[in-house]
Formats: sequence, C-alpha cells, structure tokens
Amino acid sequence: MKRIAAINDFVIKFANVNGSGSASANELFAKAVMRMGVPVSPRNIFPSNIQGMPTWYEARVCEKGYHGRRGGVDMMVAMNPQTWDTDIAEISPGGYLLYDSTRPQPASRFRDDVLTIGVPLTDIANAAYTDPRQRQLFKNIIYVGALSVLLDVDVAVFDTLFAEQYKGKGKERLLEANVQALHLGRDYVKQHLQAPLDIRVQRADNVGDQIFTDGNSAAALGLVYGGATVAAWYPITPSTSIPEMFAKYCEKFRVDPDTGQNRFAIVQAEDELASIGMVVGAGWNGARAFTATSGPGISLMTEFIGLAYFAEIPVTIVNVQRGGPSTGMPTKTQQSDLLACAYASHGDTKHVLLFPQDPHECFTHSAAALDLAERLQTPIFVMTDLDIGMNQRLCKPFVWDDNKEYDRGKVMSAEELEAGTPFGRYKDVDGDGIPWRTLPGTHPTKGAFFSRGTSRNPQAMYSEAGPDYIYNMERLLRKFKTAESMVPQPIFRQATAPTKLGVIYYGSTTPAMREALDVLERNGDHLDAMRLCAFPFPDSVRKFIAEHDKLFVVEQNRDAQMRSMLINELEIDPAKLVRVLHYDGTPITARFIISTIHDCVHKEVA
Amino acid sequence: MTYIAKPKMHHPTLQTNKVGYTRRDYEGRISTLCAGCGHDSISAAVIQACWELDIEPHRVAKLSGIGCSSKTTDYFLGASHGFNTVHGRMPSVLTGANLANRELLYLGVSGDGDSASIGLGQFANAMRRGVRMAYIVENNGVYGLTKGQFSATADRGAKNKKGAINNDNPIDLVGIALQLGATYVARSFSGDKAQLIPLIKGAMSHGGAAVIDVISPCVTFNNHGGSTKSYDYIRQHNEAVSRIDFISPSSEITTEYAPGAVVDVPQHDGSILRLRKLHADYDPTDRDAAMSYMHARAARGEVVTGLLYLDPLATDLHTSLNTCEQPLNTMGAQLLCPGSEALNKINDALR
Repeated sequence: MKRIAAINDFVIKFANVNGSGSASANELFAKAVMRMGVPVSPRNIFPSNIQGMPTWYEARVCEKGYHGRRGGVDMMVAMNPQTWDTDIAEISPGGYLLYDSTRPQPASRFRDDVLTIGVPLTDIANAAYTDPRQRQLFKNIIYVGALSVLLDVDVAVFDTLFAEQYKGKGKERLLEANVQALHLGRDYVKQHLQAPLDIRVQRADNVGDQIFTDGNSAAALGLVYGGATVAAWYPITPSTSIPEMFAKYCEKFRVDPDTGQNRFAIVQAEDELASIGMVVGAGWNGARAFTATSGPGISLMTEFIGLAYFAEIPVTIVNVQRGGPSTGMPTKTQQSDLLACAYASHGDTKHVLLFPQDPHECFTHSAAALDLAERLQTPIFVMTDLDIGMNQRLCKPFVWDDNKEYDRGKVMSAEELEAGTPFGRYKDVDGDGIPWRTLPGTHPTKGAFFSRGTSRNPQAMYSEAGPDYIYNMERLLRKFKTAESMVPQPIFRQATAPTKLGVIYYGSTTPAMREALDVLERNGDHLDAMRLCAFPFPDSVRKFIAEHDKLFVVEQNRDAQMRSMLINELEIDPAKLVRVLHYDGTPITARFIISTIHDCVHKEVA
Repeated sequence: MTYIAKPKMHHPTLQTNKVGYTRRDYEGRISTLCAGCGHDSISAAVIQACWELDIEPHRVAKLSGIGCSSKTTDYFLGASHGFNTVHGRMPSVLTGANLANRELLYLGVSGDGDSASIGLGQFANAMRRGVRMAYIVENNGVYGLTKGQFSATADRGAKNKKGAINNDNPIDLVGIALQLGATYVARSFSGDKAQLIPLIKGAMSHGGAAVIDVISPCVTFNNHGGSTKSYDYIRQHNEAVSRIDFISPSSEITTEYAPGAVVDVPQHDGSILRLRKLHADYDPTDRDAAMSYMHARAARGEVVTGLLYLDPLATDLHTSLNTCEQPLNTMGAQLLCPGSEALNKINDALR
C-alpha cells in the first residue's frame, strides 16, 4: 500500500468526546502549524450537546491557503471509542491513524491500508498526574506533543504559544505543566517510533499578517466598532457567541472610565419576539441596535421584521444560518434562510441581505449594516452561517478608519425643524425613496409623528386610501433600488480564456469556490465567476448573467434559493441557471464543486 | 365618536401650566371609538394628568400594541411621538426605546387582549425587568375591534352579549404584576376620574415599572347584564382601598389630616404621593399583604381599586444594567468606537 506523502497539504481529523477539554489542545495544534507559516483551516463538527457526545475537529493544512473544506481525511487522531469504527473507516487509503494504545485492541479493529501509530496516552498521563481532571486534560496536550514530532512541527513554536497564553498572567504553573505534557508526548515518539511521517509540516511563509478568528467574534467586534449600543437577544446555536462576545468587548471598550457606567445596554430577552421588539424600539428611538439569531429565531421575528420594513425603522439582524427547516440540524451549516430573510413577513416586502465570506467580512459587514440600517431606515440582515461563525479561519486583519463618522441617515434636527424645514415622515423629498425622520423628544411643537404598521399618507396619518398606499409601496421599492448602490458590490473573477460559462456563489462557499476555480482552470474548464456580496442585486449582476450562456449557481441549500431570487428579481430564464447544491450540513468542498461542474460541462459537450 | 374637529385656536384666557402649555396642547386627534367608551375617559385622564404634571408633551413617548385601547395613543398628546406596534408586543418595543434614551417618559397603553392574551409573556417580562414606564391596561374583558369575543381577563361565569358564558378562569394582571416585582401597582375604573388622574400622575413620576389596570367598560360589546366589566357592575362592586393625592416637588402642602389617616410617600423625583387610606387594615407598601388582601376581596366578588402597592425606592432596568446617564442615542463614534489602535492590538492577539 502506498502511503500518502504530502508536505504542507493534508487533512488531519481529531475524534474526541465533547467536554473533555480537547478543543483547546486541538486549537493549539492548529496554531502551531500556522506559526510555521503554513495556513490551517479547522472546523468543529459537534453535536447539540454539552458533555459526553462525539465531537470532531477537522484541520486542513494547506500551504496554498485554501480554506474551504477539502474532503477526505489523511490522518485520524482517534480519541473516542464510541466512534472508532466510523472514524477508522473514514481514513483515506494510505493514511495514518494515531490512537491511544494503552489498552490492547484486536487486529480486526485496524485497517491494513492505514499506518497505525499507537501511543499509550492514558498510561503516560496516569504516570505523570494523580488528579483525574489533569490526567484527562493533559492527555490532550500529550497527543499534541506526539503529533508535533510525527509531523515535524518545531517545538519552539509551542514554547512561544504557551508563553503568550500563560506568561506574565499569573499562570506560570500552567505554563510549566503544559510544556511538561507536550514533552511527555514528544519524548515517547522520539524513543519508540519512526518520525517524522511522510505527511508533515515544513516551514513556509504563507500566513503573513493574517489573523485567525471566528466569524461570530468578528461580527461582535464589528458591531462594537460600528456603534451598536443596544443588543437584545435570545440564546440559539450557532449565534449565541455574538452577543456574548459583544458583551465582552463592551466591558473592555465601552465602560466610562470616570463613572464606571456602561455605554451599552444588553438584554437577554424572553424570546426572539421580544429581542427584535427591543431592537425595533431602540432603532425607532435613534440608538444603533442589533440582534443575532439563527433560522428558528428569524421565523419568530418575522412579524416585527414586517413592521420595521413598513414603519421604516433601522434594524440590524445577524443571522448565523444553520440546517433547517424547523429545529433542523442546529449544529450543522447551511445557507438556507435566504428566501425567509429576503422576503420576511406577510404582504409585499424585500429586505437587504449582506453575505460575508469570512470573519474579516463578518466584521466589516456588521459595522456596515448599522450604517445601512440608519441610512435606509429598514432591516439589514448579515447572512453568515455556522461554518464561518463558529470556526476559526485565517483571514485579512481587521481595519478601521479613525476618520470615519457613523452615517446616521436622514434624521431631522431640532434646528432644522425650528428653521421651518418642511417635514413629512413618509414623503420622498429627495427622490431616492428614503424619507426623513425625527427622533422622539426632538422639538416641543414640530416634527412629532405617529409610527404604525397600518397604511398611512406621507404625513404619517392613518390612511387606507388607494393612492396613499400605492405612493408608499412604490416609494419603498424606490428605496430598495437606492440600496443597490450602497450595499457591498459583487466581486468578479475572469477566466484566463474567453468563456460563455459562468459561476455564481456567495458567503461561506467562497473559499471552496476559489480552490475549485483554480483547479477547473488548470483542467481547462474556464468559467467567469461572480461572488454576490449583497441583495438587492445591482445592475452588474444582470450584466454578468446576460454575458454568459450558462451559469452555475453554487449554494448550500436544497432549493437553490439564490437561484430563485435571481430568477425572481432579474427575470432570468431559469434554463440558464444550473443548480450546484450541497446541503447535507457539512461545509461544501472544492472536490464537490469541481466534480459537479466538470461532469455537467462535459456531459453537455458529449 | 364625533367627526367634527375642535378648532385649533386656543382661547387667550385658557389657563397654562408651569411649562406654558394649556390643557388643549395635550390633546390628540379625535377619537374614533364608540360614544361612551371607557377608553375615551382614560385618554381624558391622561391629558389632565400630563397637564397637571407640567410635562412638556414632546418629552413623552407613547407606545401601544393593537386593539381599541392601543388606538387611543393617537387621541392624546398629539405633540408626542407615538408608536402603534404589533399585537401584544408593546412592552418589548417600549423597553428598547427606553434603553435608547432614558431621559424621556414612557407611556405604554395596552388592552386586556393585548396584555393578557397574546402579550402576556411580554407584559410579565417587562414587569420582571423593571422597565421605567407608566403601563396602562384599558381592560374591558372583550375584543372590541373583532366584535365582542371574550378576552383572557373575562371573569369565569361572565356572559357575553350573545348570552354565552365564559368558562375559563380570568388572568389578573394586577396579581401578576405584583408577583413579578412591579413597583407601582394600581387598579382603577375609567368612570372614576378623581381616582384615576392622581394614579396616572403617580405612575408617570414613578422610578420603575408602574402598571395601572383600568377597568374600562366596552359600551358596545360588554355593558350588558351578566357582564362583570360593565359600568353598573363595576359601580356596584368597586371597593377603593385608597385615595391618593399627587403633590409635585415644588407644591406647598396646605391641607392637614388627622394622624394615621394619611401616609405621605415621597417618590424618587421628590414628588409626594399622599395616600388616604380608606381601609385602615390596608398597607400599600407591603407586597405580600397587598396580594392576600386582593385575593380575599376578589373571592367576595369585590373589585379592589386604588394604589395597591408602591415601592417608593424603586429602581429600574437602567440601574440593573448600570447604563450611563447620557442617552445612548446621542453617542457618536468618539464615545463608542475603540479606534484603529485598539483594533491593531486585537489583530496582534489573533495571530
């Protein structure tokens, strides 16, 4: 059997039991490889459970910097007896297995075509530690130590990482203990096994100044930088860490140093209806407010979203999508809330959606959403998903322009009212469909109006008169048109040879798509590509589609929701748009995209 | 209802309050409710209370849900911003608005369907959090806009207009508010202006969550024999436990009372609620006693009205959240954005 041989290009998967402390050890491994200058993209695969259930950490080591899930497993670290059989079966032929050899296992439990590496982790840990919890925790660090020798990761990077984590923070004892555990693993391998393996890490310089973070933390930080002051939320996987990180960053940056009082207000509401209600109330009253949720939360919020659309209230919603419908797959990823968000609520509505591709864009889009919400006076959805939200990813560092002022939109001041500027809350005075608003308490006698979900005339007075209703609804469409030029614009990539084939994708599909396009290109399958960054679609989207005969729409849902939106909004001939759908809850892989598009292109030709 | 608008012109002799407004300046649009509706009396009481309190109308934000009661926010305080939200969800919207700007006064208006049926969860949680507001429930026991279905506050055994009997137990919003920690709890009757106006004044000046459950008969669908929310029924069964006089911080106290008969309760803003006890055994600062008193009286078929419970030292959600004094909606990037230097440090920590 030929062994897999690969330098800086392999997938290693850790099979663990959740609640066993493995997460930080696995992260340590990923960081160590990155400190070698080699990009890593890890993914947590976890159940909706707190303790005792299987959990996996799949890290793709890839010098070229492809962050999409590759598919296939070159090395398995099998630490969970419950899932042993399926974990062993998942290893690619010629791959590697690292396991705890403390207890002997019958030969039938191993595979002939996999190189089996046994390290008596439990024995080593039990000999070194007496406290049961320590034995468990350090067993994880011991296997990281073993791996570091097997895969040739420089021990110096671990010293740096441990020092950064523990030194000078009163955690020196932990520092020593971790170093000790790491060396227990290293020493065993050095003394008993052949190392390094044919898959290994070699120093490179492909990480640069990139940062390694998760989309939820990044979105939370973006909301702090973007000036959100009111957050109302209800716990739901996979969005919960957004408000939690928002709180953490606010504690750090938003406490008045003189008074010790908070320049923020965070309420954990009784449900998603109340969360969005509070955001609507705060937005109506001029504070930047957001909520973060996932699909089931969106379903509950829908009535309020309609109110915010119709009464024209700034609202920011971060939707970390998970597998639906209903409770669906709470800990798996999908892009399946597009239609639910784009047209949320009864009656005719359209909402602005932003599609970040990675944590960097979770930061920029979340900050931008707050500006857009106030500028457009409408709900703005940041459509991230579990894959981006809950996994750490290498990405460009965050940037902020200190000269940037928040765009508070068209808010009429007391001075303007006093000077006699005419005010009609729902009147289109500028021709862009965006009316002026006033905030409660602005002026003693001018500018007060009554907000409502019922139909009204341009002066905000209740009216069911047809012409009033039509004026308002048409103005809302005009406003949506105005949004086209304000939202993040699509990003194009031209094939190296002229082609009539195109591909359209968005959000977390992006890294897998980038890799797939490179490979397809090398294989002679030329495609022009367009990454959609937002809804509504600007004219450039229509133009791109018109310039091609056939376009693949790659997305992570069953019903080709983006394709439906393109057909619906731009009146595209459905025959032109080919579905490429991946929706089993795992992140889409380049391999899947390549083979699906390749087969389709060549079937056509044949 | 009437469709003839009163002229906007104010008579020069109309009396103004300390902030220079006449009573007419606190009025709103013409009510579209049925003639004789209890809700219109409540609107009149709100107008009178705000005028007497010398509140500048634009410093009030009035929020409501959906229903006849919720429509009334358009019929008073025309110079205030109003928000007719969605059914049963006014409390959350008011909470958010309050968080955005703690300097305004918040008046929430709701009904029994809005607060006790569809919105019971939001009602309860707003009370738990101690959102500073005056929350008025205009309680008539029926759905008026959809023509007379029982609501969740209808008493068991009450008869609707078509003669059907309500078999479900009633939800007592006052009891719930007391249990969940509301710090100003009152019940009143839309037909008793003398009782209602000072109660509204007290609620508007209160430092925490204030709720007034106002029995407000629906003349069209719930004012017949067999109804327990009709004018006649309430007049016969009303048992007032207290009368309050609201004394603003700057007023002189002139009237003398016999010792023991009155209790002066200072509020956080310096105003005083002068409580005249009508029942010697009633202590409105004892939450547990208030609850058991109410239960006992309710069992006897009495509708207990007046200020039922008051915590004069009440604090609110902003206190719990330790929010700064400056309203959050006035802050710009300078106060809110940590800046690029801090961001670079964050970047460094993520490498």
